[in-house]
Amino acid sequence: MDAGQKYFRNYKLEQSLTQRRIVYAAIFVMILMVVLVSRLFYLQVFEFERYQTKADQNRLKLVTEPPSRGLIYDRNGLVLADNRPIHSLTIVPERVKDLDALRQELADVIEITDEEWDDFNQSRKAYRRPYQSITLKSHLTDKAWAKLSVDLYKWDGVKVEAQLTRYYPYGEAFSHAIGYVGRINSKDLEKVDKQRYQGSLFLGKSGIERFYEEELHGYPGFSKVEVSARGRIMSEVERQNPVPGKAIQLHLDARLQQYAYDLLGEYTGSVIAMDPKTGGILAFVSKPGFDSNMFVRGITVKEYSALRNSPELPLFNRALRGGYPPASTIKPFMALAGLENKFSSWTERYYASGSYQINPDGRRYRDWKKGGHGWINLEHSIIESVDTYYYQLAHKMGITPIYNFLSGFGFGQKSMLDLYGENAGLLPSKQWKKAKYGESWYAGDSVNVGIGQGFMVATPLQIATATTVLANRGQWFAPRMAKTLNGELIEWPEDKVTSKKINIRREGDWQRMVNAMKKVISDGNGTARRLQGTSYTIAGKTGTGQVFSLQEDEEYEADKLAKKLHDHALFIGFAPSEKPDIAIFAIFENGGSSSKPADLSKKLFDAYLLGKYPRKYNYLKVGSNE
Amino acid sequence: MNKGFYAQLRAFSNAKFWSDLHIDFFLVVSLMIVSGGGLIILYSASGQDVAMVERQAVRLSLGFAACLILAQVPPKFFRRLSPLLYLGVFSLLVMVLFFGVGAKGAQRWLDIPGLGRFQPSELMKVVMPMAVAWYFSNRHLPPKFKHISVVLMMVVVPVLVIAKQPDLGTSLLVGVSGIFALFLAGLSWRYIIGAALSAPVAGFLLWQVMHAYQKQRVLTFIDPESDPLGSGWNIIQSKTAIGSGGLEGKGFLGGTQAQLEFLPESHTDFIIAVLAEEFGLFGCLLLLTGYLLIIARGLYIAAFAEDNYARLLAGSLILTFFVYIFVNIGMVSGILPVVGVPLPLVSYGGTSIITIMSTFGILMSIHTHKRARK
Repeated sequence: MDAGQKYFRNYKLEQSLTQRRIVYAAIFVMILMVVLVSRLFYLQVFEFERYQTKADQNRLKLVTEPPSRGLIYDRNGLVLADNRPIHSLTIVPERVKDLDALRQELADVIEITDEEWDDFNQSRKAYRRPYQSITLKSHLTDKAWAKLSVDLYKWDGVKVEAQLTRYYPYGEAFSHAIGYVGRINSKDLEKVDKQRYQGSLFLGKSGIERFYEEELHGYPGFSKVEVSARGRIMSEVERQNPVPGKAIQLHLDARLQQYAYDLLGEYTGSVIAMDPKTGGILAFVSKPGFDSNMFVRGITVKEYSALRNSPELPLFNRALRGGYPPASTIKPFMALAGLENKFSSWTERYYASGSYQINPDGRRYRDWKKGGHGWINLEHSIIESVDTYYYQLAHKMGITPIYNFLSGFGFGQKSMLDLYGENAGLLPSKQWKKAKYGESWYAGDSVNVGIGQGFMVATPLQIATATTVLANRGQWFAPRMAKTLNGELIEWPEDKVTSKKINIRREGDWQRMVNAMKKVISDGNGTARRLQGTSYTIAGKTGTGQVFSLQEDEEYEADKLAKKLHDHALFIGFAPSEKPDIAIFAIFENGGSSSKPADLSKKLFDAYLLGKYPRKYNYLKVGSNE
Repeated sequence: MNKGFYAQLRAFSNAKFWSDLHIDFFLVVSLMIVSGGGLIILYSASGQDVAMVERQAVRLSLGFAACLILAQVPPKFFRRLSPLLYLGVFSLLVMVLFFGVGAKGAQRWLDIPGLGRFQPSELMKVVMPMAVAWYFSNRHLPPKFKHISVVLMMVVVPVLVIAKQPDLGTSLLVGVSGIFALFLAGLSWRYIIGAALSAPVAGFLLWQVMHAYQKQRVLTFIDPESDPLGSGWNIIQSKTAIGSGGLEGKGFLGGTQAQLEFLPESHTDFIIAVLAEEFGLFGCLLLLTGYLLIIARGLYIAAFAEDNYARLLAGSLILTFFVYIFVNIGMVSGILPVVGVPLPLVSYGGTSIITIMSTFGILMSIHTHKRARK
């Protein structure tokens, strides 16, 4: 058949040829075997450590457990800022193949706004550990939660997680005192320690929540878990529990706070009650407030603009930032300034006519009382709040002694220990006016400052703090909200001035001033005589602050003016006057008459000193069933 | 004592009743040890799926049965059937092209009503060396150019048909099995060296005419790690598994790469990585030793086979078996591109076990049917 067949086949030769080839093949096999073994040896011996690390990196993941935020209590142990579980829809992006498709599918079940989606994407791109879940929608309603639970199995990496979030149980009266937390945004992320905020959703944005963020936040825990390639957690290898944030107890008295807020009634304004013995703030009211929970939930654009655009400025913290003329409440301090600088004395008599003029034919500075008060002395100038006395006193003193003396009480300065954003107010001086207006100081400027008007602006917090100094006969304590952290008294750094003694020439003047202020109530001509009839003694001073300047010959006629042009009504006071436990500053914006803040203060004194709260505030009493 | 034991074992393994049963004791025992070890690794690689191990055990048993049955058939029978088998399997391959069914975009199986699915390309792995050995069995060796050309045609056409399915791994093994037969037939070194030298040149020329996307495909094929999330993922994970196994391994069922599903295809093509991770270099060396024993025995059988046909067939079958091992471990450990080649006797999979065991049946047939034994 084949050409080869024609020849004689040498089978022996062919056999040895093929056998030789088999030997070659065997050598070839051996060589390649050596190649394989060397390769394995290289990977498993030389590169062992590298690959071991790599395998561990594959399997071990750190999962962060956010700490629970420290609670905030009032002085009696009532929880003012609580943590409550909410249900959130979370996603582990690594386990989702097509996020946009997932969004579509989720949208069939619950509503997801563009804002929520954007936030989600932002956190997804921000610094985070792999396989850390990200919240897409927090505060799921029970209905949404139920609906989601039915479909949850369909999506890999999608979960409904229970998370603790802040809850403020007591509403708008407390919003400015406590502040609130809000969602951590990308701007916050640049500032905070990212490690420490892993997995945390919220951060203090204002008030106590902001100032004590460091203490309240705590430290996250970590668990090192072994995960499968699909991100499922197989086991826990190592664990470090989170350290919860510290609990803060405030000086604040929740009942007093709510009562004060309510007593402002229809008016906007501010009430501050302080414990003169410590500088602790018992009530810190700025009305109106708002529901802080809105910021936790995630405030909608609509809600926010409603708050922002409200003419009553609910977002504005009047107690801390509101600048008002202290009006006649400045008179005790002004009188002390006069005594200190020997421009007045307790005995010297002064004829108080209906007005005061710097020059015989100059502007007439009117007294609030038509026709004047007649012959009076320093004490009477306090009792009856004689304007002309202070016009002349300020005129005689000039601004510099006033500035120097009032500075000691904290006017024109920030002194709040534990809140950010305090307004320094304005205690004017010659230098200030020069710098601000390029004008020199006029005698008329001093005259206005004499009755706490003109350039002078003070915050409720400043006036309240200054009042505690009177109550303490010269001892000044920096105002403060928080009392203890985890039950321990807060220690302030050395460079923070937390207390000081204001020394005056004659120490007895403190008591005499207190006596004069007592007579503001007890004297038949006292401007706050309506507060008579208490079992304890009150020392106080009224004030009405002009919202706009009256022309020389104009008279203030409340019923003819629009409400917002009505005078601010102010009152400062403390009780019991011998050894005060409480000092109060109250202002009714456009309240017209100082009887309103005086009445309010009396009710607060009764409440705080005698426990005379209306029954309806029992819910703010710890241990009460109501 | 020891010596006595070995002597007894030797006597036992050489006993006449083995060859009467057409069983090569040494080969069968080596195969059993390796495949038995394979079952243990599979248990771990499958995520402790007992059912999967059972199915594999059943297949191995079927494979051994096929092996023992084929061993009863005298080699001359295979020789006579060789051309017929070749043409038959080749037509099946062509049928696959038209009527084949498949999965994952590859069309490899024929669905025979009543018999189920099977993969004709697997059969070609056995039939190809048979056909080449048959072709040379009645021709002078070393082969002449004309015969070489004919054999190359016999090899290349089915290889291309299989590659078109596409099944790169199988076509490679089929091609290699034919080429080995050609080599054992005494293919002149001049041709071998010539081919070795011209391969890079041909490759270079091919490269010049390829489109950019084709070049890119070739590049990722050669270096999968340039695409770490795509085709490179498998290799990165298998190298990690192997490397992290170290000398002694992480222990049975202790391989994190395998057990936590980082290792893809851990029960099929990448199963050696599971062994390497859990039993370390020592485990690998043990397995390679087992393979080496089988290959050595196969080459021994080939070298002392009765005629050219038997020698070429036995030699190329056992060398193809080795290529399986080399390509599989080479690709899993990242020195060869990834082509779908299972690890013989160990990887989970149906048809390949039967074909592999069949080749050992043929080897035993060749060894135990010699007319005159010395």
